[in-house]
Amino acid sequence: MSTTKQFMFVNRKAPYGTIYAWEALEVVLIAAAFEQDVSLAFLDDGVFQLKKGHQTKGIEVKAFEKTWGALEDYDITKLYVDGDSLKERGLTADDLAIPVEVLSRAEIGKLMEEQDVLLSF
Amino acid sequence: MKFAILVNEGPYTHQASDTAYQFTKAVLAKGHEVFRVFFYHDGVNNATRLTTPPQDDRNIVNRWSKLAEEHNLDMVVCVAAAQRRGIVDEGEMKRNGKDATNLAPGFRISGLGQLIEAGIQADRLVVFGD
Repeated sequence: MSTTKQFMFVNRKAPYGTIYAWEALEVVLIAAAFEQDVSLAFLDDGVFQLKKGHQTKGIEVKAFEKTWGALEDYDITKLYVDGDSLKERGLTADDLAIPVEVLSRAEIGKLMEEQDVLLSF
Repeated sequence: MKFAILVNEGPYTHQASDTAYQFTKAVLAKGHEVFRVFFYHDGVNNATRLTTPPQDDRNIVNRWSKLAEEHNLDMVVCVAAAQRRGIVDEGEMKRNGKDATNLAPGFRISGLGQLIEAGIQADRLVVFGD
């Protein structure tokens, strides 16, 4: 299977409360293992997934912050964040655990148009 | 056209599985190909043969099984999501020391690679979920 397609994973949901964000990350890593052209977009409450300093001991679930390091191991470097979603939640790029590219909604929309496969979680 | 379908929600709570089923049926009726239907998140709960809805309600699980049989559909349940939610076939029962299986006919349990492959092979991957 040598075909490479552009896969964009759209993360829209808060990191805890539902399992979507966690199971989305599992798909992202598999897509990278299949050597696809992977990018991630974070919008709406999905931007909270990237926030620094999650304290999850009290709710007995794994924290995201440590797993973001794995993205680099898989050569996933295209991380896009919707600037308006950050702003609406009182966040800036400095609040995030990893370096990302902050884009406008129109710019993210344009990137979405270029994809072969869009998976929304 | 070659379609792949991703079902991300379980039966009855959400409309997603119903809509995915109706869409898959319509795609097949129009003469298109369905490369694979992949079940992820709570979508794996569409694959338990122990589902027993009231008699005057649709049986979502049996409906998928029947569609698979009629059209030789490849219906794949994500193994990691299935393990979390107790969807078990013979192999998983043995591997994890469980005492029962509940995978409905027409479904098989496999890895997330099957979803990525579906994305690569299909012209359109259509996602049903929240």
